[in-house]
Amino acid sequence: MTVEVSELRVHYRTLRGSVQALDGASMEVGDGAIMGVVGESGCGKSTLGKSLIRMDGRMRHVGGSVRLGGEELPIGDDRAMQAFRYHEVSLIPQYAMSALNPTRRIGRMIGELLESRGVRFSEAKRELTRRLELVGLDGDVLKRFPIELSGGMKQRVVLVLSTLRDPSLLIADEATSALDVANQRAVAEALVGFRDRGFVGAMLFISHDLALVAQIADTVTVMYAGRSAESAPASELLRRPRHPYTRMLLSAVPTVGATIDERRQEGIPGSPPSLLDPPTGCRFKDRCPLAFDQCETRPPFVEVAPGHRVACWKAE
Amino acid sequence: MLTLERVSKVYRVGTFGTQPLNAVRDVSLTVPPGAVVSLIGESGSGKSTIGRMVLRLTSVTSGTIAFDGRNVAGLNGHRARKEYYRHVQGVFQDPFSCFNPIFPVDRVFELLRGEYFAATPDTEWRASMRRSIERVSLDPGQVLGRYPHQLSGGQLQRLLIARALMLDIRLLVADEIISMLDASTRIDVLNLLGDLREEGLGILFVTHDLSLGTYVSDTTVILRRGRIAETGPTGEVFASPRHPYTRGLLASVPRMHRTWAEADAELDAETGPCPVHDSAGSEHPADPVEVGAGHFVGCFSNDTCPE
Repeated sequence: MTVEVSELRVHYRTLRGSVQALDGASMEVGDGAIMGVVGESGCGKSTLGKSLIRMDGRMRHVGGSVRLGGEELPIGDDRAMQAFRYHEVSLIPQYAMSALNPTRRIGRMIGELLESRGVRFSEAKRELTRRLELVGLDGDVLKRFPIELSGGMKQRVVLVLSTLRDPSLLIADEATSALDVANQRAVAEALVGFRDRGFVGAMLFISHDLALVAQIADTVTVMYAGRSAESAPASELLRRPRHPYTRMLLSAVPTVGATIDERRQEGIPGSPPSLLDPPTGCRFKDRCPLAFDQCETRPPFVEVAPGHRVACWKAE
Repeated sequence: MLTLERVSKVYRVGTFGTQPLNAVRDVSLTVPPGAVVSLIGESGSGKSTIGRMVLRLTSVTSGTIAFDGRNVAGLNGHRARKEYYRHVQGVFQDPFSCFNPIFPVDRVFELLRGEYFAATPDTEWRASMRRSIERVSLDPGQVLGRYPHQLSGGQLQRLLIARALMLDIRLLVADEIISMLDASTRIDVLNLLGDLREEGLGILFVTHDLSLGTYVSDTTVILRRGRIAETGPTGEVFASPRHPYTRGLLASVPRMHRTWAEADAELDAETGPCPVHDSAGSEHPADPVEVGAGHFVGCFSNDTCPE
């Protein structure tokens, strides 16, 4: 099912006022597509992931909507969302190590979890072992404790567990960031494999690593200070970035083999604005080399080429 | 300047420390002045242990670590150790945990002053502190007097480097110093290391990220389970990796303009026999073998190699 996020606004309540962590994020993920969401820390990418499945007590849904296959998700209503969680919308957390109960054998833990969601463990068990084998794990892992598995194995167990009900939307928030390169690749490829087999509908792959996102995502959305800056098919975004922020971000990432002696790369001067009292208009204007008068008004997030949307007055 | 000679570290693990864990095995390397040596490896490869041994935070089981010809482990007395830290300093992964959150960031400088510059007059001290902060491209007015939570990770990390620069520092151990920073500020810290290298500072750069390891580095050391798998001039190691482990690692690193499938196709080329066990008669059978100018390759540890 397609997922449409339009102008989603989620704020955090703090003693000093509301932090506008997500303030107009829009994106569209097609059925069976993997959307990579990238940005610096504090850009709202994790808030987006959390909003789609469960808001914590400090978060408040201020505006905008999320539609899953045409039906609106009641994201602001904790109780109404319960019916969607796990069955329709599922999550792979960043630290699988802390997601698994250390005092239970994995099989028992999965059983308890499934029963709590109204699924009989005995019915799901065959499918569970089949999928564990797909990601290269023996059915014996069910008899083990989490501490007996490596980080990559635990992450794959969590992947199988969270997709067992074939969710329409899977949120992978930094799912591979804590792993080293070989494991990272294995888990990322398992994610793509599950999508290819139709175990998950749409996927939001949230990461800070542009190169990793480029490997597995079909489309990429770049976020900045709570808003979508640019969204495009992955290859298009890497080859023809249009938003000045995307361009600067791409040129700030050293690639394997690049050296300072050949070409000195530059970072982005300045730092992201405070979201407690964000600037008006374009939020990138203070760091942007192209900024001009019109940036005082917020640029719309418009389509400039098929499937390529940019929020910048200077993008043509 | 810094020389490691067959350094090993064995940790005691398990119940009552009954089992040995070889964290580092027979590692030899040198860090000359004005050069960056990258230690690259996955988790558990022993890269951080080497950094910690150089900083004397962990004892050495066997082998020697020498700084200007003097054995680092043999430094006796408070005075000699203090003198060592005047020249050798470390910066670590998490800048937030290096600052006390209830004091302004200036405190790290004040502590340094108490130890090393007690006799320096106040005005002179403040001037040299500002110079050092400007050297890491920070504005002293913007950072001094602030609390750690008011500054970004990149700013805090640069402050820690500025603190180290106040001393008469000649070797910097940088252990994963940019892993926690954002893409847009990472490159600034790397450029800073590049500039310090130009000024003659030797840097031992510990990282798990191959793309960050190449950007500022003259020599690359790839570690695998505590042993050197491959070492040599950075360009050489990355252009023509010989060890199957290095090749696998390079193929797994996500890159922006090359898919994993393309990387695998290149990987399929023949790696050849293990050079260590192919050339019989070396003194230590497990030592890396020179395959090009300064380019050494360790044992492949595959089926044909005797253990």
